Amino acid sequence: MSFADIDEVQARLGAQDYVCGRALATVVFLAQKLGRPLFLEGEAGTGKTEIAKAIAASLGRRLIRLQCYEGLDSNSAVYEWNFAEQMIAIRAAEAAGGADRDGLKSELFTEDYLIARPLLEAMRPQPGGAPVLLIDELDRTDAPFEAFLLEALSDFQVTIPELGTIRAPEPPIVILTSNRTREVHDALKRRCLYHWVDYPDFAREIEILGARAPEAAANLSREIVAFVQRLRGEDLFKKPGVAETIDWAKCLLALDVINLSPEVIADTLGAILKYQDDIQKLQGSEAKRILDEAKADLATV
Amino acid sequence: MVKLPELSLPDDPKLAQNITHFARALRKAGLPIGPGRVIDAIRAVEVAGFTKKRDFYWVLHACFVSKPEERAVFGQMFRLYWRDPQYMEKMMAMMLPAVRGVQEERTAQAAEKRAAQALLDGQLPDLPAPPDADDAVEIDIDASQTISAQERLKTLDFEQMSTAEMAAAKRMLASLRLPVSPVLSRRTMARPGDLADWRRTMRAAIRRGGEINEFATRRRRPRYPNLVVICDISGSMASYSRVILHFLHAVANREGQGWAQIHAFTFGTRLTNITRHLRKRDVDAALAAAGAEAQDWEGGTRIGECLTQFNRDWSRRVMGQGAVVLLITDGLDRDPGAGLGAAMERLALTARQLIWLNPLLRWDGFAPKAQGIVEMLPHCSSFRAGHNIEALEGLAAALSSPDDVGQKARLMAMME
Repeated sequence: MSFADIDEVQARLGAQDYVCGRALATVVFLAQKLGRPLFLEGEAGTGKTEIAKAIAASLGRRLIRLQCYEGLDSNSAVYEWNFAEQMIAIRAAEAAGGADRDGLKSELFTEDYLIARPLLEAMRPQPGGAPVLLIDELDRTDAPFEAFLLEALSDFQVTIPELGTIRAPEPPIVILTSNRTREVHDALKRRCLYHWVDYPDFAREIEILGARAPEAAANLSREIVAFVQRLRGEDLFKKPGVAETIDWAKCLLALDVINLSPEVIADTLGAILKYQDDIQKLQGSEAKRILDEAKADLATV
Repeated sequence: MVKLPELSLPDDPKLAQNITHFARALRKAGLPIGPGRVIDAIRAVEVAGFTKKRDFYWVLHACFVSKPEERAVFGQMFRLYWRDPQYMEKMMAMMLPAVRGVQEERTAQAAEKRAAQALLDGQLPDLPAPPDADDAVEIDIDASQTISAQERLKTLDFEQMSTAEMAAAKRMLASLRLPVSPVLSRRTMARPGDLADWRRTMRAAIRRGGEINEFATRRRRPRYPNLVVICDISGSMASYSRVILHFLHAVANREGQGWAQIHAFTFGTRLTNITRHLRKRDVDAALAAAGAEAQDWEGGTRIGECLTQFNRDWSRRVMGQGAVVLLITDGLDRDPGAGLGAAMERLALTARQLIWLNPLLRWDGFAPKAQGIVEMLPHCSSFRAGHNIEALEGLAAALSSPDDVGQKARLMAMME
């Protein structure tokens, strides 16, 4: 299954509770149509990882995720041999008393002992068509891995010395995300479609909250969103993302809050702001000021 | 193509000649002046008339100056060339090492020396020939430099260098190494170490028919931290930042330096990222690009604001891998108290090491009195001078020893 046009992208993702703007829907559609990787960059908590899940679910394809970290190498990204099993096999062969070299080699390095890691998994045929490969937080890896990835993504094949080359029957839909803790190399960006995932505007955030926390009363969600929108305009070190908005709404629901008040905000600030400096800024009358401004915004919307 | 009228020179052939000589001297002082510009200047003087010195000054200024930083050199040159022949002799006296001690109380103004040097090299009409001490003044810049000249150069202030000295200094800096101690990365390599390398162990075992007689090992690979340079390019700082950037440029483009990446930022009243310029072109082009938008050339700095901006927009993007930060500024903030201390503290917290180079340290009597300096000093991990080659050699020492503090301890004691 695949997307026929941009409207269908929006509709199908909407059905997965992912509210997708026109710009993002367009690059998703193009990525699938052109077979190009999609490079999503943006602040934490704006729905970059979430969209890969939504795409996979809406197309009925498998989602394969490669979580990046510093020191990630091809062993953990592509494939690894199951050494413990191999050792046991050697021991068993020795005990049986028939350990000939070539036989051993052809026996030990076969599919049975291969542990496929995400990249290799994505190159293999999957039920429901080519999988969605999510390479998450690419900026956490180092330059050598990036260079390796560049190669893997350009021809979608990996070579295992003992087994030969494995090529993807059809290229997976590749989604790379980055939080910009370092600049990713131009060469990699050049091969991808790029999209900066920004914070949503008021209307879309209301929509998102409606999809993700449907049990919140309309009045409360409007207040929450207006307050968070205002908060993003403040000079904060880390502005709250959409994920924080959703979390906060759930917190307030758990506390049976009906209306926002400065006291409630002060008690639950830890759900939206994650830096002590930022929380300090909102102490005292500051939260009340922002809340009043947010309510004034609501009156005009 | 505009057809220009036949060039008719002013009646006074001396004037045209003088303008040509003047242009030649300016060229020596480092201004990019081609013959086309000289013809333009002569024509402009012809059109504008040569009645008032002031007008004459601005006409030539319009023809010869193309960057704000050239204004100072031009002004000094003009004064030397057209106004005051007596002044020339004074300057020459200043340049003789023998007499320099006597003249010490009159510190040469910026660019004065470059102007004098450029003028003295040319043969000037209507001026007494310079005394025979020329060779003492001249800095020999071929490979056969005497040790003493090198030593002298090392302690010479960047701001007071002539063009020839500056060129020699840049050459010296280009050969200066900036070693940095590596940190361990999470990536491993196949060397004797303390991590088992199962893949290699198995392959070796297969070659021996399943015998495992030793475990192959891996160990963590060393990695070099990034260097982030934040340079003040306002007024007084420009010449220092320029030289230090030249130095870093040489470092960045040399193999085997060990820095993973060098990110460079300049600030005057606004923060600019010049990393890419530094990689592609030469430093002057990079600084010119940054300077193009640092309109407020002499207006002082907003250090606090610029550091806050850096923390907000760039810190997470360039410090993610644990970078060493090199801050080059005199710490004289136009409006201190605007969150300068807090910004500096955050910068220090996100950096592996925060080294502050301050050219003001060249004065022996330097005391941390300005409010900006008082606010910034406690947060840097090392505080050093950066006004001559010797100081930059010291910088290399600071980088290779993480617990180096430079002069910070001494100045902190003064503050209490």
